[in-house]
Parts: sequence; C-alpha cells; structure tokens
Amino acid sequence: MNVDFSAEELQFQEQVRAFFAAKFPQDIKQKCDGGIALTREDYVRWQKILFKQGWAAINWPTEYGGTGWTVIQKYIFANEMAQANAPDIIPFGMKMVAPVIYTYGTAAQRDRFLPDILASNAWWCQGYSEPGSGSDLASLKMKATRTVDHYVVSGTKTWTTLAHMADWIFCLVRTSSDVARRQQGISFLLVDMNTPGVTVKPIITIEGEREVNEVHFEDVKVPLENLVGEEGKGWTYGKVLLQHERTNIAGVARSKYRLQQIGKRAATSVNDAQPLINDQNFARRLSALEIELRALEYTELRTLAAVAVGKAPGPESSILKVRGTELQQAIDEFEVTLAGYFALPYVPKQYALEFPESERIGHLADTRSSLIYFNNRKASIYGGSNEIQKNIVSKHVLGL
Amino acid sequence: MDFSISEEQSMLSDSIAKFIENDYDFETRQKIAAGDLGYSADLWATYAELGWTAVLFEEKDGGLDGGPIELMLMMQQFGKGLLVEPFLANIVLAGGALRRSPDSELRSKWLAKIIDGSLQASLAFTEPQARFAVNDITTTAESAGDSYKLDGVKSFVLNGGIADLLVIPARTAGGQSDEDGITLFAVPADSVGVSRRSYKTVDAQQAAEISLKGVVVNQENVLGKVGDGLAILQATIDEATFAVCAEAVGIIRTMHDKTVEYTKNRLQFGVPIGSFQALQHRMVETLIACEQSQSLLYWSAMINAGNDSAARKSVSALKYQIGTAGVHVAKEAVQLHGGMGVTWELDIAHYFKRLTAISILFGDADFHLDRHVQFSKQSVA
Repeated sequence: MNVDFSAEELQFQEQVRAFFAAKFPQDIKQKCDGGIALTREDYVRWQKILFKQGWAAINWPTEYGGTGWTVIQKYIFANEMAQANAPDIIPFGMKMVAPVIYTYGTAAQRDRFLPDILASNAWWCQGYSEPGSGSDLASLKMKATRTVDHYVVSGTKTWTTLAHMADWIFCLVRTSSDVARRQQGISFLLVDMNTPGVTVKPIITIEGEREVNEVHFEDVKVPLENLVGEEGKGWTYGKVLLQHERTNIAGVARSKYRLQQIGKRAATSVNDAQPLINDQNFARRLSALEIELRALEYTELRTLAAVAVGKAPGPESSILKVRGTELQQAIDEFEVTLAGYFALPYVPKQYALEFPESERIGHLADTRSSLIYFNNRKASIYGGSNEIQKNIVSKHVLGL
Repeated sequence: MDFSISEEQSMLSDSIAKFIENDYDFETRQKIAAGDLGYSADLWATYAELGWTAVLFEEKDGGLDGGPIELMLMMQQFGKGLLVEPFLANIVLAGGALRRSPDSELRSKWLAKIIDGSLQASLAFTEPQARFAVNDITTTAESAGDSYKLDGVKSFVLNGGIADLLVIPARTAGGQSDEDGITLFAVPADSVGVSRRSYKTVDAQQAAEISLKGVVVNQENVLGKVGDGLAILQATIDEATFAVCAEAVGIIRTMHDKTVEYTKNRLQFGVPIGSFQALQHRMVETLIACEQSQSLLYWSAMINAGNDSAARKSVSALKYQIGTAGVHVAKEAVQLHGGMGVTWELDIAHYFKRLTAISILFGDADFHLDRHVQFSKQSVA
C-alpha cells in the first residue's frame, strides 16, 4: 500500500495543470468564478478545446476516441479540472448515452453518433423521469408503437436538464405492456429533438432559473434504426448507465476545491473584523467536512481501483452517490453560513459579466451561495433519490 | 497509489484470523477476561511464538521492521476477535516508547524480553488532571547526583497492575503544561516507593492508579535526552491512537456484519426484521460509516510513515471519525439487536464496550477535532 504518485503520474499532473492554465478561456473562467451561468456556446467552445487535446472522453475506450487513462490519471485530471474551476463536461452525451451506444449499439449507430458527441457537435439530454414516474421509474408510460419503418412515440418526460439546449434526447419508452415484469417492456430510444411533435416547456426551479424542462411527445415518428440494442432490454441498459452516472456523481474533486475556497475566504477579514476562521465553531465545522470528504475521496479511489482490475462499478457506486451528494449539500449550507446576511440579496441581473461592478450588491460568491444551496437540494433527489440508492445497497450489497 | 497489500502482510493478517478462528472464540475470550490476570499468559506466549510481538520493532532490536500497514492489519484482526491480551499497552505503548529511545543499551536491555514475551511493560501516559493532554504532567523528577527521585501520581496506566516495567514521563523542568522539560524514565515496577492499585476496565482490560513516592531511578534509565521526552511520548501516543482506530475499524465492521446477519434471522410479525425499510436504511448508513472509516484508515496508514504534522493530522481525522461514525455504528448494532444487544451474554455488548473505550482513549472526538483545527491553522500560518 502506498499513496504516492509515480514519476510518470507526476509528469502527467504537470501536463494537465499547464494545459488548464494555458487553454481554459479566461472569459469562461471569469464566469465560473463569479457563479455566472454559462451559455451553450461557452460549453461547446470549452468542450471543443478539450476535444482538440484528445481529453474529451475520459472514460471511453481508445478505439472510439477515449483517453485510455488509468484510474489515477482520471483522478489527477478531475482534481486539476476542479482546481482550475473549469466546468465539467455536460454529462448526458459523453458520460451517459455514449457508453450505452458503444456497448449495446450497432456499428452504424456508433459511427453515426459517437463522433458528434466526442466533438461536442451534438448536445444530448436524458428522458427518463415522467410526471407519474419518479423513484418508481419502471412504471413509465411514454409509449413507442412500432410500425413498418418507425416508432410512434407519445408521452411526457420531465426534469429534463438542459433540454432547451439539446439536439437529441435518449429515452426509456414502453414498447410493450404484455410482459411478465414491467421492466421487460421498456426500450432505449434515441430521438432527434427537431422531430415534429416534440415540444419543450421550461420548469423554473426554486432558485428562479431555468435548468430543467418538461418535454412533450405527440405522435413523434422515430426511425426504427434509433432503437439501441434489443427491444425490451432498455431497463438493463439504463441501469448500467445509471451506475456510471453514480460514480461521476460524488464530485469529490470539486467539493475539495470549494472547501479550500471557503477556508481562504473565511481567513480574510472584512473591515478589520476578526476573520470567521477564528470562530472555533466555524473552524470545527470546516475540519469535520474536510475529514468526511477525505474519507469519501478514498472510498472513491478504492472503488475505482476495483474497477481498474476489471470489476464493473456495481451497487457500491450508490454509496458514493449518497455520501457525495450529502457532502455537496453540507458544503452548500456552509457557504451560506459564511455569507451571513449577504446570502439573502436576490439580484439575478448581477450575474452577468457586463453588470457594472460598482452597482453590485455584496460579493457574488456570497449572494450566489443561497441560490446554489436552493438549487442543489436536487442533488439528493436526482439520479435515483438517496432513499432509492439505499434500497439498492440494501438489496444488492447487504442482501436484505 | 496502490491499495494492495504484500504477500507477507496478508500472511500476517491471516495468521491472526486463523488464531481467532481456532483458539479464540467468544466463550474463550470471556473466560480469559473473567480470570484474575485479565488475559492469557499462555496465549501471550503464543503471540510471541507467532512473531506478532516482534513486528513493530526494528531488525537491529530483534524485530521484523513492520510499519503502519502491518500495525493496521494486526489491530483490525485484534478488533474483530476482541482479543484482551495487552498488545496495545505492552508492545505499542511501552515498547513504542522504548524503541524510539536513541540509547541502544537501554533498548537491548528491555526490548528482547518484550519481544520474547517474558516481560510486561506499561507506559504511564496520563495523570488525574490531564485528560487527553500528554504534555500535562505534574509528576516531578528531581536530579540527585547520578540518579533522579520521582514523585507524583499516574492514572489509568494500562497493563499497570501486572507490568514488570513502567515507562514514566516526569518533569525535570518547566511548568505543568510546558512542552519542554519532560523526561521519560524506565522504572522497574518493584522499585521502592511505587505503589499500585489495579483494577479492570469496562472493556475487559486492566489498568492501575500508580503513586510514586521518592522513587529513585538511575540516570541510565532515562529514555532519550533529559527534558526532551515529549517528542518520543507524543509519537508513541499518535501511533497508539492510530492503532486503536484500526482496532475500531475491525470492531465496527464485525458489529455491522453481525447486525445484518441477525436481522435476516430474527422474525417478528412473521417476517425477518431485516425486511423492514426503516431498518434497512439504517444498516446502509452503518455500511457507509464502515467504508468511510476504512478509507480514512488506509489513507492515514499510507501517509503515516512520515510521522510529520500531516501524518499526525491524519490520525486526528481518523480518531474523530471513529469517535463519531464509529460510535454510531456501534449504537445502531445494539439497537437493531433489540433486547439481546444489551445482554452480557451476547458478544455485541462487549464489542460495544471496547468501542466505547476506544472512543475515549487518547482523546475523544471533540479533542481530536480541535487538534485537527490546530494543525490546519499551523499549515496556513
């Protein structure tokens, strides 16, 4: 057992650090540091820079353009990315649908979809939840009826993150109700968002912004070749995808960066007052979060080390989801604590680069903290609520 | 970065697991714990035969050159088996202080006997007023020619009632909490002026209150430099803290596993109680607590070789985790065992008591969270 990086790994770390310093666009960094929402163009520009470097598809096999990195290289990359405060790649294409396509799709589907995902030419969103199917996802109703040359799709997907920016949506649809288990009637379908009959309606979330949507499908014609794998096997494919999603969901590197920032900000004094870090309650809370985070970091590394020797990310990834999101939310709350009264001003227009600094109310990091706190209550709800994760661990790990 | 252990390390761990399986079931443990001595002298000889008493010492002292990984693996197994033999007090604490002494004559005089199992030793690491501050020492050592005269009271001296040798920190200079002026003495327990009141503890260990009245100690028995004892004392306590945390990880993993098993078999309302979601989610929480504790233990073990402030900070992180998450697992295990969990008859109760003792030993969660804060401030400054 040892904790050290090898000489090659240290060299790789230098390379990644230098890349972020040189290539991460300053204007996008400014937005990220100020908590200003990125546009689709910002994301695409940044992701194309990563693509050019060959670093867009961290987890893909090399034959499709993936990095082929070791577990440690991925860990180093995630840390450097967080330290640069660069945004994560939008996960729906790169991390979610792509693994399903290259694992279960046809050669034609791989050729058609993977290059555009890799180069960030196509933007994807995820069509899983429905108004009546949240935690009980297998009860989903969106119907896909097979005709000679296409499926006819009708129904509603909801909580669809960034659907208003997306070109494509991957959906779990019901292709049959005449099955022993309702999971068996579910299929995995790729739908072009520009197909007639698809409409996107915004859902404004608690902090006042548009991030998620409802997507309605009315007799939408989807070519048969857009079915991934076998009809009726969509549930299995979707579960594999969710396990990938859960390992990515812990967000350890970013939480670490945020705690460092909290430590730094708490150590500075405002108007010569005692810095907050001198308050023992605050300092103890910071230490306790650092400790919990360190534990999670090593739990994740242990899981990844197991994956590296050939084990699939199994139900253990649920543990990472539960603890990872709990920690993120604890850090959200801690930032609100740090902000004090300045967590309360609600001035949406000041989150823009062109907003004059002289008119700003408080520091953006302070006034933004409550909005992040409100918004991120979602973390323990999405990706399979933490209660559902506990059901999964209970059944598949504890055997209860 | 590598989480795998070597073949030798895995053999060491397996040898203890096998010993527990063959020779140390819970009934045997209870019998040993209830005896006058509080541990088995015969089995202690077995510990020595199997080489476990030698692992932590350097080869030049007749040891096996083991480090934190070996210590971790051993303590985890000791925790699982709930062993009562004084490995911590004798090997990690007293042996730890002795092996850190730069004086090779002193080391060879005592360590050979500790390693071969013929000598029991203790480190008197606390006093009635000190709580968890190892530098809080009022016992005095007055220089008198080529010897010292020790006066004071030592509390909760683990293994102190039966030890042949006592390692005593005392003040040769400085005020009660000063870091300088602490000197460590190796004192034969039968020295004139040493009186001991021994007792058993709630977790089936044995300890003693020791009073020292004009105990004369020859200067040859000073460990390290006069007035510089705190470094050795603190390093030893940090290692012991790490050791009991590893033991605790073995304990809570066992408690969690036994609890899951119990809820699969215990029927109420006509079904196994493990089928209730309210209990399932609690056991998922204890699983997470076990995994998180295990992770911190590995991390601390891997950076411990340095024994610098980062390593010491990691020990405080780990001890805080055990004092919070570890205690949580233990309480849940008792609760989910229902009435059986609070009977003397069931092993769960005794794991609970040992974990409780560990949560206090060398500083509770509050103490170590404060120490963690302190280290953070130092690294910023």
